[in-house]
Amino acid sequence: MSRPEPAHTHDAARQPHHPQHLSPTRVLDLDPLLDDPKTRIVVCCGSGGVGKTTTAAALGLRAAERGRKVVVLTIDPARRLAQSMGIDSLDNTPRRVKGVEGDGELHAMMLDMKRTFDEIVEAHADPERAAAILGNPFYQSLSAGFAGTQEYMAMEKLGQLRAKDEWDLIVVDTPPSRSALDFLDAPKRLGSFLDGKLIRVLLAPAKVGGRAGMKFLNVGMSMMTGALGKLLGGQLLKDVQTFVAAMDSMFGGFRTRADATYKLLQAPGTAFLVVAAPERDALREAAYFVERLAAEDMPLAGLVLNRVHGSGADRLSAERALAAAENLEEPRIVDQEGGKAGLRNSPDTYGSSPSSASEAPAPDEGSPATTDMERTTDTEDTQRTAAADEPQSVAPHVERSVDQLTASLLRLHSERMQLLSREQRTRDRFTALHPEVAVAEVAALPGDVHDLAGLRDIGNRLAAHRPELPDPAVDA
Amino acid sequence: MSRLQVVSGKGGTGKTTVAAALALALATEGKRTLLVEVEGRQGIAQLFETEALPYEERKIAVAPGGGEVYALAIDPELALLDYLQMFYKMGGAGRALKKLGAIDFATTIAPGLRDVLLTGKACEAVRRKDKSGRFVYDYVVMDAPPTGRITRFLNVNDEVAGLAKIGPIHNQAQAVMRVLKSAETAVHLVTLLEEMPVQETVDGIAELRGARLPVGRIIVNMVRPEVLDAADLELVRSVPRAAVAKSLSSAGLGGARRGGNAERLVDPLLAQADEYAERYALEQEQRAVLDELGLPVHELPLLSEGMDLAGLYELARELREQGLT
Repeated sequence: MSRPEPAHTHDAARQPHHPQHLSPTRVLDLDPLLDDPKTRIVVCCGSGGVGKTTTAAALGLRAAERGRKVVVLTIDPARRLAQSMGIDSLDNTPRRVKGVEGDGELHAMMLDMKRTFDEIVEAHADPERAAAILGNPFYQSLSAGFAGTQEYMAMEKLGQLRAKDEWDLIVVDTPPSRSALDFLDAPKRLGSFLDGKLIRVLLAPAKVGGRAGMKFLNVGMSMMTGALGKLLGGQLLKDVQTFVAAMDSMFGGFRTRADATYKLLQAPGTAFLVVAAPERDALREAAYFVERLAAEDMPLAGLVLNRVHGSGADRLSAERALAAAENLEEPRIVDQEGGKAGLRNSPDTYGSSPSSASEAPAPDEGSPATTDMERTTDTEDTQRTAAADEPQSVAPHVERSVDQLTASLLRLHSERMQLLSREQRTRDRFTALHPEVAVAEVAALPGDVHDLAGLRDIGNRLAAHRPELPDPAVDA
Repeated sequence: MSRLQVVSGKGGTGKTTVAAALALALATEGKRTLLVEVEGRQGIAQLFETEALPYEERKIAVAPGGGEVYALAIDPELALLDYLQMFYKMGGAGRALKKLGAIDFATTIAPGLRDVLLTGKACEAVRRKDKSGRFVYDYVVMDAPPTGRITRFLNVNDEVAGLAKIGPIHNQAQAVMRVLKSAETAVHLVTLLEEMPVQETVDGIAELRGARLPVGRIIVNMVRPEVLDAADLELVRSVPRAAVAKSLSSAGLGGARRGGNAERLVDPLLAQADEYAERYALEQEQRAVLDELGLPVHELPLLSEGMDLAGLYELARELREQGLT
C-alpha cells in the first residue's frame, strides 16, 4: 500500500529557482496531495498556538478552489477565523462557505461535542431510554466536560462525515489538548473504560438488584464498589451506575466505532500534517508527534512550518548591518574629514559624480521627492558641520536625518537576520532528527486572517516552496 | 500579595516560562516558592534544563539573595493514591483499584475529578505549615491549563457540584474553592500582542470574572523591541530611495548607484520597515484593547537569544523591577 507522501515530495536540491534554500530538507508539495482524488482525509495536528486551525481552513479553501468538494471540521476556532468562513453558528452541521472561487465547494463546521454525543445517544437508544440517559447528571457532565470528550467526539464526527461520503476531502483540525496526542488516545481510553472491568463492577449491583446480588460478586469486587462509593459519594456512584446501565446496549457500538475511526486514520487515503512554528517547544512537540504517528502506523504527509521569516536582503549579515548602523549613528567618531573624503572619492558611492542623482531610479523631474532629498541632504550637511564645529551644540529638535532612519533600518534588519538564524537552527535540529519528514514552510504574516482572501493568501504561501519575501517597497 | 499565583495563557504565549520566571522572582531574598505543573508536559524540567520531574517536591533553582524554587509535576493518578492514603488510609487498595480501571476512570474520564485532584494538591501546598507553624512555601505558582480551559479547571466546585452533592469529593471541592475564590489566589493571563491571543485573554477574563475567580494581572510576553518609532515610520513613507542608498553607501555597504550593493539593499530594507509598520499598528491596537480591561498590564521583552536559563533569570528580574512581587 502506498502512502501519499513519497509521490508528492522531492528534493529541494532539485529546485533550480531556490538556490538559497538553506538545508537539503525534503520539500512538502501540498497541491498534489490536495488534488489527488485518493486523498480523502487530511488531519492537522500540533501543539497550541501554531496556527493549526488556520492551516486547516486554508488547506480546505485551496483544495475547494482547485475543484474538490471539501468539508473542514474545526474544533474550537478563534471567532474571527470562524467568521472568515461564515460559520459563527455552532450548529454541528456543515455549512457551505460563500465566496469560494472555481468549481469546487467548501463546507465548514464547528464541532459541538455535547450535541454530537446527544445525537449518538438518540440514534442508538429508544426514546425512553435516550431521555433517561440525557437527563442523567453524570451523562451531562461527561458530555459537556470530560477531558477526552472533545477528542472522542471529533473522531466520532470524522467517522460520520466520512461514512456519508458526500465530500471528496475532509480536512480536520485537532482539539487544543493538554497533549497534542489526546485525540489519538481519548477514544481508546473511553473505549477501554466502556467495556472494561470497572463497568462490569458498576453494572453488577444495578443489574441484579443491589445488596441481594452482592453474593454473586467476589469479596474483592464488593470492596471496590465500597471504595468507589467512599471516593465518589454514594449519590454520584448511583448516577454512574444508572448511566452505565442505561448505556449498556450502546457500549459495543462505541467501541466498534472508535476502532473503525482509528483504522480510518491509518488508511492510505488519510494524510497527517504536523503543524508547528519554528520555535523550540513547538518543534519538540512536532518531533514527538512524528515519532508517535510512526509508532501508531499513521500516514504522515509532512510538516507544515508556519510563521517562517525571510529577508530580501539576506546577503547582508546581522553583524555587518549592526556595524553599519553604529557607523551611521556615531558620525562624530567615524565621519572624520579623512574618512569622509575617502568615502566621497570612492567611485561607487552616491554623490561621487554629478550624474549619479539622475541614475537613481526615484524622482521624476521637479517631483517633491527631489526637494525632499535636497532638504534632507542640507540637514545632513548642517548637522555634520555643527558636529565638526562643536559636538555639544546639536539642537535637540533637529529633524531626524536619513542617516538615523537608515541606521534604524539596519538595526531592524540585524534583528531579522538573528531571528532567521535562530529559526534555522531550530529547524535544523528537527531535520537532523527526522530527515525523512518533508517540510512546507509558510512565510510569517504581520497580522491575523479575517476573510477568505486572507485564507487564500495562506494557501498560496503553503503551496509555495519557500517563504515568500515581502513585496518590494513602493518607491518613496 | 496572593500566596497562590495561577498563570494561564493561550497556547504558544509562553505561560510556562512566565510562571517559572515569576516563581524565581517571588523567591528572591530568601523566600521559598513552589512551582507546580498540572498538565504532565514536563515543561518546567525542559526550561530548567533538568531531567523529568517526579511526583515529588524538588529544589530546582536558587534565586538571587538565597531564595529557593521547588518544583512539582502533579500526577493526578499519584495525587489520587496520595489522597486515598491521607484521608482514608486506603493506600493499599490503590493497586487493586488501578487494575480495575477505577483510577484511570477517576483521573481521566470522570468529569471534574481530575481537576479537583490537581487544584487540591496545589491548595494543600499553599496551606501546608511546618512544625513551628510557619508556611512551608511563601508562594505557590501554578503553570495552569490554557486560557480556553482555565475557568472550568479552577471552577471545580461548579463542575462537581451537580455531580457529587455530598461525600468526600464534594468536601474536597468545597475546600479547594474556598482558597481559589479568596484573595489568597490571583489568576494571571499571559498573552502576546497579537489578535487571537488578546481576544482569548479578553474572553478568558470575562469567564473568570463571571465565575468570580480573582483575576490578577495581564502579562504581555515576547514584546519585540521598538526599533523604529512613530517619527521613523513617518519618514519611511516619504524618504527618497536614493537618499537611503547614499546613507547605506556612506556606512560602507557598497555603491549607491543603481545596481550597486547599497542601492540593492534599499527595497528589501524598506519592505521590512513596511512590515514592521503594519505590525506596529496592530500591536498598538492590541495594547489599547488590553488597556481597556482595567487590569495591571506588564510587558516582558522578547529575548533575542531565545529562551534559556539565563533568559529566565532576566525575565524574573524584569518582573521584580515591574513590581510584580
